[in-house]
This record gives sequence, C-alpha cells and structure tokens, in this order.
Amino acid sequence: MKVVVMGCGRVGARVASILDHNGHDVTVIDTNAIAFRRLSPDFSGDTVLGTGIDEDVLKAAGIERADAFIAVTNGDNRNIMAGQVAQTMFDVGNVIVRIYDPVREDTYRRLGLSTVCPTTTISALIIDQVIGASDPYRRVATRGA
Amino acid sequence: MYIIVAGGGKVGYYLTKTLLNEGHEVLLIERDRDKVETYSERFGSVILQGDAAEASVLAAAGAARADVLIAVTGEDEDNLVICQMAKHKFHVGKSIARVNNPKNEQLFKMLETDVTISQTNYILGLIEQAIPDRAFIHLLNLRHADLAIIEATISEESPVAHQTVGEVDLPVSCVIAAIARRADVIVPGPDTEILPFDEIIAVTHRTEEDELRRLLVPD
Repeated sequence: MKVVVMGCGRVGARVASILDHNGHDVTVIDTNAIAFRRLSPDFSGDTVLGTGIDEDVLKAAGIERADAFIAVTNGDNRNIMAGQVAQTMFDVGNVIVRIYDPVREDTYRRLGLSTVCPTTTISALIIDQVIGASDPYRRVATRGA
Repeated sequence: MYIIVAGGGKVGYYLTKTLLNEGHEVLLIERDRDKVETYSERFGSVILQGDAAEASVLAAAGAARADVLIAVTGEDEDNLVICQMAKHKFHVGKSIARVNNPKNEQLFKMLETDVTISQTNYILGLIEQAIPDRAFIHLLNLRHADLAIIEATISEESPVAHQTVGEVDLPVSCVIAAIARRADVIVPGPDTEILPFDEIIAVTHRTEEDELRRLLVPD
C-alpha cells in the first residue's frame, strides 16, 4: 500500500516507521529536515521537505497514487486542510486526520473526514485508570472533554 | 448588518475600521493580546481576543447571528477552517476567505467558502498592468464565472497578424471583444482584419488563458 504521512513528529515518525517495516511504500512530509531523524534507522521510505497543504509538495510525495494519507502535524487546521486537499483534489481513498480540538474533530467527522482526536481518546484512557473502566459515570465524565 | 472579521493583521485592521465607519456592527477576533489591547484603545469594545477557529470563541462572538464572516488571517489553513466552522457549526449567512496562496483558490471554492479573495492574484494583476511593454496582460477576473479579461498587443511576428477574426483559431471559450487601433475602438466581426500594433481585448475562460497567450503573442 502507498501511504503518505504529513508531519514527522513522534506520532508521524512512528506510524511511518511501522508501516514501512510492514512492507508498505511510505513517504513522509515535514517542513523541518531535522524531524526526519525521528524515523527508525532502517526506514526505507522517502522523505519530502515542505508543507502538505501545498499541492506540489503532495504530488512530489506521490499523493496521486496514494491509498492512504495521514495528517499528523501539530496544527489542527493544517491537518484539516491537507486532509481535504487529499480527499477532494486527489481522491485518496483513506484520509486520516488528527485533530486535537474535540469540537473541530466532531465537525469534520460529520463532513466526512476520518478523524482521530487525541484529546478525547487520552482523556478517556486516563479517566479509566483513575476511576476504573467499569464506572458507570465514566462516559458522562469524558463526554465533551 | 453584523459582520465578524477574523484576523487582525493589516487587512483585518483596515477592514474593521472601514466597516465601522460605514455603520455596520463589527467584531474583530484576534489572537495576539498586545494587538487586542492596542485596537481596543482605538475602536472600543469591538475586539475579541481568541482563536477564531475555536467553536467557543465563535460562540462568544455571536457567530450564530452573524450575517457575514470574513477570515483574513495570514494563513490559508486557518482561513479555510474558520469559514467552514462558521458555516457548518453556526450557519453564518456568508463566509468570505482571504486566500494567500493563489494555488489554494480552487480548493477553497470546492470546499464551499462562499467567496474567496486572492489578494496575491489581485496585486500581481495590478503590478502586471503597471509594467510597461508587456504584450499580454491579464486585466481582470470576472467574479461569477471562471472568466478573465485580457489585453494583448499584436506584433508583426504574431501568427494572427493580417488574419481576419474569423480565421483565427481561437480556443473554444475565448471571444475577441474589442480591438483598439490607435485612437479607435473596433467591435470586430468575422471579417475584421487584425493588424500589427492592434490591442486586442478578449474574454477567455481562465483555463484557456495560457493557450490564448501562446496564440496571440508567441515567445
């Protein structure tokens, strides 16, 4: 599978390294060349310097033949816009976008992006560990976090 | 009319000032606290500090009753998301986005921002017109269709020199609207001959602008 990952932070580098290790064709985009050092030493995919909201950068990363696009930079809006570029301009089948802000995450999920919201996910995990997953009030506690 | 302006840079600042002078109800949302403080001293309480892409900030701004939201930050991704949040979450009547990178204009249109303003293109167009001795000038984009008005100066070497308008093999969506010849303006018919030094005014679909350029003023 051809996968383009935008953002080579801890999550991006890890996702890219694991997918690469599993035999997929991975290209990572970041605006900072130093970020590529986070990739595992045996990473065999490609790296492209630039911002993923720029069509030309996405094309250089092979977006036109990508099966999946993963947007995991630190900027919610950048991830959202890049995801929409991949989806509407390049017809990528599987577009996954990280959005920290739960309200924005909810809005764009409704608009058809596949979203991951670390804020709600991690809050739920922490609350589980504090009060136990069996607690009937857990759902109430995490809703709208 | 209630207008929300997102982004208090130069554009947002002067826009707010102009709209206030015209008597509109205006709220400017700006992230930077120092700017908010300065603007508040000048404009009074029409400035809200915060990130306009946050739903809570838009809610505090009263986005649900806004007639227009104008996103004019320096970042295209922020302008896009602010407009989309305003539209989908608060059903703002009309959203206007500033596009900094001209390449993003098409995307913004596809993603349903109501109006996009590509200031880079506007400024480029104005500068182009001011540079002397250019054979092909993009004069204007028409707002409601992807049409442009161009002006081309015909040289002796141009393949269309001494052809009649009917003979010119124009791209499908191009029309020669007028020919300026010295002091005269000619409304051309199929038999009008194009002469060297004519200035041709044409309306063209924007996708065919380059083709038209190559036809009229080859390098």
